[in-house]
Amino acid sequence: MTEIASLFHGFAVVLSPFNLLLMMIGIVLGVIIGVLPGLGGANGVAILLPLTFSMPPTSAIILLSCIYWGALFGGAITSILFNIPGEPWSVATTFDGYPMGQQGRAGEALTAAFTSSFVGALFAVLMITFIAPLVAKFALQFGPPEFFSVYLLTFCSFVGMGKGSPMKILASMMLGFALAAVGMDTVTGQLRLTFGLPDLMRGFDFLIAVIGLFGIGEILLSMEEGLAFSGSAARINPKVVIETWKKLPRYWVTSIRSTLVGCWMGITPGGATPASFMSYGMAKKMSPRGANFGKGEIEGVIAPETAAHAAGTSALLPMLALGIPGSPTAAVLLGGLLIWGLQPGPLLFVEQKDFVWGLIASMYLGNIAGLVVVLTSVPLFAAILRVPFAIIAPIIIAICAIGAYTVHNAMLDVWYMVGFGIIGYVFKKLDYPLAPLVLAVVLGDRAEDSFRQSMLLSQGSLTILWSNWLVGSISTLAMLLLLWPLLARGLQMLKDAVGGSRAAPEHRG
Amino acid sequence: MSQMDSIEAEETGIATWKVELWVALALMLLGALVAYKSWELGAGWRDDGPGPGYFPFYIGVLICAACVVILARSVVSAQRDTSVFVTTPQLKLVLTVLLPTVAFVMVVQFLGLYVGSLLFIAGFMVWVGHYGWVKSVSIGAIVAVLTFLMFEVWFKVPLFKGSLNPLGFLGY
Repeated sequence: MTEIASLFHGFAVVLSPFNLLLMMIGIVLGVIIGVLPGLGGANGVAILLPLTFSMPPTSAIILLSCIYWGALFGGAITSILFNIPGEPWSVATTFDGYPMGQQGRAGEALTAAFTSSFVGALFAVLMITFIAPLVAKFALQFGPPEFFSVYLLTFCSFVGMGKGSPMKILASMMLGFALAAVGMDTVTGQLRLTFGLPDLMRGFDFLIAVIGLFGIGEILLSMEEGLAFSGSAARINPKVVIETWKKLPRYWVTSIRSTLVGCWMGITPGGATPASFMSYGMAKKMSPRGANFGKGEIEGVIAPETAAHAAGTSALLPMLALGIPGSPTAAVLLGGLLIWGLQPGPLLFVEQKDFVWGLIASMYLGNIAGLVVVLTSVPLFAAILRVPFAIIAPIIIAICAIGAYTVHNAMLDVWYMVGFGIIGYVFKKLDYPLAPLVLAVVLGDRAEDSFRQSMLLSQGSLTILWSNWLVGSISTLAMLLLLWPLLARGLQMLKDAVGGSRAAPEHRG
Repeated sequence: MSQMDSIEAEETGIATWKVELWVALALMLLGALVAYKSWELGAGWRDDGPGPGYFPFYIGVLICAACVVILARSVVSAQRDTSVFVTTPQLKLVLTVLLPTVAFVMVVQFLGLYVGSLLFIAGFMVWVGHYGWVKSVSIGAIVAVLTFLMFEVWFKVPLFKGSLNPLGFLGY
């Protein structure tokens, strides 16, 4: 039980007045970011990252991760009150949350959403506390081939498990790798793909990509819908909270199922958004009241919120233990580690105990603080959305530009941001996913390094990825996930063939 | 098909599959360029290991391969998406944000982020939101002053002041 001792050490680190203050600031900022369209967890953290350069790393990660928790909570507010998902992972919350708000049960829906978010996050943090150190210890024996196979697994599971066209996922991801390759080659020191332009020597920073793709792109998309906010009143009083809490234990099966879905989707880089949809779909199928889903069923709020928060939190597990982020926001936090001078990877648990356990302890406290903040001050946050879009939009764009500039103090980055914004808008409309692109830009160099080192070891033979049972099983799993859409279709065809005429009327794409 | 036709009669604009075509072609060109440039750099094996173009070459090839499939699926195939990518009124709304944003970045180049943000927020509120001048300029000024305090004064992160540096007299 060394984990418990380490955890208490972490609490001791967090419980300094400065860190507690940062935690509260982070939560409040995060909820605001979650409520505003165009600002989300990933780009909100990216914009604020430069402000933390001078802070101690532990305080910085507490601030930024609390922004993330706040954003996870905040997304639910706009979904339930305004039918506008503030974050992609709260789209599924609108299905039942908004009808509940319309029926005058907004308080009940909000309480259920916040509480189940909290439950999902709590289980994910417990899992991180006990599993992440084990994974990190295990990963200490990893060499370049093992690391490359884990990268391979990450990227293959995007292609295989993602919604939408696998080829578009692949194209988007490879575009990210290509962007990452621009600039100085880390091994030979040669310039690559710069076309003789000195401005391209620095390469593309993924923080700029995140701010442009998710920030500007999102603003352009929400503008298209011609935003007119009209929402139900937000009132939560203690009586409603207590009454809703009395009801919630009835849905423990849904909670557990959604937590498991969320944790799984968070560790493998499925992310919070697909987790919330999957969990909603499963709850609808399995609940005895499934027919009422979409008309204001409390279970339809619990399921996606639990899963989204569990996934969002557990995305930090591979980031901490292996240095491989499970979501764009985790990727931005990983970028932060590099900037603060910490080397991400399994050694983090050995060399930076204060940092790691401080972060984990702040996850517990941050989520408790978040729950209290959102339950007590929903009307305040809802008021932000009543500010007209013509005021909010230019302010958000100006903040994005400032954020993009501060990353490297370069005006060119602000132009890149606008360019990424347009790409983000077009890609979103054509269903090219953005998360794999961002992760590829972040991990491109490191994935390439581990690949080249492996190739050096094996003198250019790919068989090194199957050279021992460990690397072999990870690589095989990666291939299975990559080919999963084909395998699933094959199995379905086999089933249809065996099932014969009975299964024939049912067409599956 | 009659339902399809009625939708198209209501909403005019470029069809989604045409945008798919151009995006896939652009990506493919990019992929080919990446592969070609990497090949030039040395995508093969050298004395001391894989050359600098070794990894990006395959990235370029994969982009091209993925685009061929996307083109086949969404452009050549019979199930191509003929719905409208963006309707004219929608495009106008998008441009009312995009064009001022581009203008904003150009202004920032000369006047810096603080003055640029002030002008952008005030201008956007007046021309797009139809607010009064006084209200618009004061909100722009509040945001600019707050960011100035936060970045220059509290966190000591200097922001871009523009090539003309209109705030030079403040001494930051």
